[in-house]
Amino acid sequence: MGAIERVSGPLVVANGMLGSRMYDVVKVGDHGLIGEIIQLRGSKAIIQVYEDTTGLKPGEPVKSTGNPLSVELAPGILGNIYDGIQRPLEELRTKSGAFIGKGLEAFAVDRKKRWKFHLGKGIKSGAHVKQGEILGFVQETETIKHYIMVPEGVEGKIKSIKEGSFTVEDKIATIEGKGGKTTTVTMMQRRSVRKAGTYKQKFRADEMLITGQRVADTFFPVAKGGTAAIPGPFGSGKTVFQQSLAKFANSDIVIYVGCGERGNEMTEVLTEFPDILDPKTKRPLMERTILIANTSNMPVAAREASIYTGVTIAEYFRDMGYSVALMADSTSRWAEAMREISGRLEEMPGEEGYPAYLPKRLAEYYERGGRVEAHSGNVGSVTIIGAVSPPGGDLSEPVSQGTLRVVKTFWSLDASLASSRHFPSINWLNSYSLYLGDLNEWLLKNVGEEFVENRKEAMRILQREAELKDIVQLVGAEALPDTERVLLEIGRMLREDYLRQSAYDEIDAFTSLKKQDLMLSTIMHFAKSAQNAAKSGIDAGRITKMKVKDEISRMKEFKEAEAEEGIKKIRGRISSEFESLSKESNEEEKKEEKAEPAKQEKPKEGRKKG
Amino acid sequence: MKFEVEYSTIESVAGPLVVVGKVKNAQYNEIVRIKLPTGEERLGQVLETSDKFAVVQVFGPTQGINIDKTTVSFLGETFNMGVSENMLGRVFDGQGRLRDSSTGIVYSTRRDINGEPINPAARGMPSDFIETGVSSIDGLNTLVRGQKLPLFSGSGLPHNQLVAQITRQAAVKGTGEGFAVVFAGIGITYDDATYFTNEFKKTGALKRTVAFINLADDPSIERIITPRLALTTAEYLAYEKGMHVLVILDDMTNYCEALRELSSAREEVPGRRGYPGYMYTDLASIYERAGIIKGKKGSITQLNVVTMPSDDVTHPIPDLTGYITEGQMFLSRDLVNKSIYPPIQPLGSLSRLMNLGIGKEKTREDHRGVADQLYGAYAKAQDAKSLSAIVGAEALSDSDKVYLKFGDEFEGRFLKQDFYERRTIEKTLDIGWELLSLLPEGELTRVKKEFIAKYYKKKETK
Repeated sequence: MGAIERVSGPLVVANGMLGSRMYDVVKVGDHGLIGEIIQLRGSKAIIQVYEDTTGLKPGEPVKSTGNPLSVELAPGILGNIYDGIQRPLEELRTKSGAFIGKGLEAFAVDRKKRWKFHLGKGIKSGAHVKQGEILGFVQETETIKHYIMVPEGVEGKIKSIKEGSFTVEDKIATIEGKGGKTTTVTMMQRRSVRKAGTYKQKFRADEMLITGQRVADTFFPVAKGGTAAIPGPFGSGKTVFQQSLAKFANSDIVIYVGCGERGNEMTEVLTEFPDILDPKTKRPLMERTILIANTSNMPVAAREASIYTGVTIAEYFRDMGYSVALMADSTSRWAEAMREISGRLEEMPGEEGYPAYLPKRLAEYYERGGRVEAHSGNVGSVTIIGAVSPPGGDLSEPVSQGTLRVVKTFWSLDASLASSRHFPSINWLNSYSLYLGDLNEWLLKNVGEEFVENRKEAMRILQREAELKDIVQLVGAEALPDTERVLLEIGRMLREDYLRQSAYDEIDAFTSLKKQDLMLSTIMHFAKSAQNAAKSGIDAGRITKMKVKDEISRMKEFKEAEAEEGIKKIRGRISSEFESLSKESNEEEKKEEKAEPAKQEKPKEGRKKG
Repeated sequence: MKFEVEYSTIESVAGPLVVVGKVKNAQYNEIVRIKLPTGEERLGQVLETSDKFAVVQVFGPTQGINIDKTTVSFLGETFNMGVSENMLGRVFDGQGRLRDSSTGIVYSTRRDINGEPINPAARGMPSDFIETGVSSIDGLNTLVRGQKLPLFSGSGLPHNQLVAQITRQAAVKGTGEGFAVVFAGIGITYDDATYFTNEFKKTGALKRTVAFINLADDPSIERIITPRLALTTAEYLAYEKGMHVLVILDDMTNYCEALRELSSAREEVPGRRGYPGYMYTDLASIYERAGIIKGKKGSITQLNVVTMPSDDVTHPIPDLTGYITEGQMFLSRDLVNKSIYPPIQPLGSLSRLMNLGIGKEKTREDHRGVADQLYGAYAKAQDAKSLSAIVGAEALSDSDKVYLKFGDEFEGRFLKQDFYERRTIEKTLDIGWELLSLLPEGELTRVKKEFIAKYYKKKETK
């Protein structure tokens, strides 16, 4: 046991700490505030404290728990809201009211609740088991089986195991290891948050995470087990997009880390999620969600920990064989917390005051994502989607740069799109996904070749549109040939009728891959017909005034069940309108030819110079 | 009985910081009393404590402090203040001492000015519309109870007037249901301070107001605590007395500069533009004190003024503010030059919580659609305007001409309103429809068909 020597903000120096280890959790002061050792110098330990240190004074005791910062993993964890060091916020609320008091302790999972434990296949006394292997399961929610695994570092013969109703602390099995050492197994295990979990092998991520967000799924997909970053200035819709992903992504488990963000946003998630049904299982979203909320006014050191708490829980479910999506909003706040602690440690600052180890920490973090074969033999994945909040929206800053070096999908949020109310404001020209190649096979099998081709063509049109727009700025749209004016119109259609998607509209908020395919192929059908028409000499102005365009713009309003029939009808009407358009223009041409056989090339009506 | 030791062991004085030696058990953030040789007393706070010394930040000037004859006593408590309902109608200085010299106040209880973070699980969802009577706020960027919304302004822009108008008008509707205003003037000039107190007096808002005023020539370190005094008072009124409190922090730029001054005096590693790396966290500890708590009647809404140095929104102060607050309102120099008051630029302004506070039974069923359509049309008007600057107004297409006209009318009739004009939300939306009626019906793609039938060109058919 040691004593406080110095206090400076969240940093405490304690003396007489010989024997304690790096990253051990300590209880600081008379209130027993929770902290973690981040440096050792002789008998002195430097501790970052996860709670407000106001009132601490030199001489107060510091006690090491001898354990690293870890999370409790057991049935009852789903649907909870925790703070950065996995204290359940509802529990804290019953203890200290609306405001978070000091030195509060609470168990992460309910100790009294009894769960029915079922034996796994082939599990009986005498069976040989290794770490991570599945002993049995608890039906935690209607759709999610919570598998109970052999804890880390345990291997041997099952001496006893029984089915029945247990609390998370009850013994369910004993395992006899080498040299006759027996281990008691309960349904709860603890994992250190700063150490990446182990697995048998990592796979290429080649299955798509369907998010229901058209711009993501169609153009910049992320794979299950992949990594993605969403950088953007404030007001560009990072949080709304993250929340849409949390709502609709087709992963089994969602872990949402609100790291240093607004309190009201967490409240929004907490009020909304129990009422929204998972599109796949039709169960309340909250049943598959765990929230970790360390809002911007909560202690800064716990903010640093919250990111790790989230990913450790994610790995635990991955090991059971689930696909987990981890949303971290925002990783910049995590990096800033790191910077603050580093500054107080008087470390030599790197770029913009961030510690020199920032890129390494970022890379380590994103590397904890991936699709793996777990020790249980099950295949699971952790997809990490991190929001980044660059100061002034400038991506050249260290957190954005460090992140972009490791992630493979980049959704670039754009302030100018946001201010023209184009949401999600993901810029289609800067964003990228390096999973396109890996996912190709999956897309061919699950959606179809046409979709893959249409996507390429649509992207080409969007890029060409951007180039043309520059020209239009200089010379005006009238100066362009008909084919290019048509292309501009198709570009607009893709942007407004396809990429734009309302997160607040009940139907538009989620679009299945099938409906995306239908919508895109319809627009591309229009595109092809329009381009052919323009080539055959039909005036671009007539094409842009076609009635069917209005219907195309309302394709997103079809309910999933009615989409196929409705959209196919629109496609039929596109064909028929183009047919009548070409008929009309043929007839007119004939008339014109009769009227003025020597048709002169009229000079293009340029703009009257003002 | 409390045992108080006077230390006469000051080791150094630099800027606002005093290092006291041979101190054994000063608490972190503890309050100290500094007694000058003249007998004058000043307060300070412990910023760092160790078994050998304590670093103290002095609230007030360090002028007159000397090494050998000044004494420091540690008071054994953190900065707290008395709070009570009797504070309504009174004016305090930036340290919480009464500025008006009439009678003293009997406080009900004492509170730590740093407060405690609201448990996210205990927060209620803000959803009550606040009618400010200003069209460009109510109509386009609706304010909701429990929200924090900054005014991004610039030097010389009329943000003080706007704040005074909002305070006066928002108060009118809420008088009956325990409405209060807590005003924190942070580093404002004497002129501005008298402007506000006079405005409040004139309109009778003063008796519902508690004002904390740190003047521009008051010690800048005091600015660190002024907003916290205001918010602690607000929390008491809101959560103990069930009032709906509007907190006005004016101007947060001065606060941040005081924070920078303190940080540089402590020789900390500076972040962007010399502001400390923890400024985000520090600002959050102020802004996040807005909100609603489940099961409690009151609410705290914050309206913060941020003057952007050289109108630059990427400057750290507005930038970090924007990342914490729930939207922002931009004041525009262009609109001021066109003599449009209030000069709130709708493009770029945003209220993140607007959707929660509008619609049927709250404002009106057509509110969302009207707001979106007005916003979209005004954006198009801006495009048309910049196009006409290049090619001339005659060369514009008919549709662009319509939008150009719309843009002028929108600025002149919707945005512009008198300092004493209080528009109801119905009136605001009706003006919105009058303006939308300038556009052809086919252009109104963001409004539902049923509302077009109900409101479009309604006036003219009558």
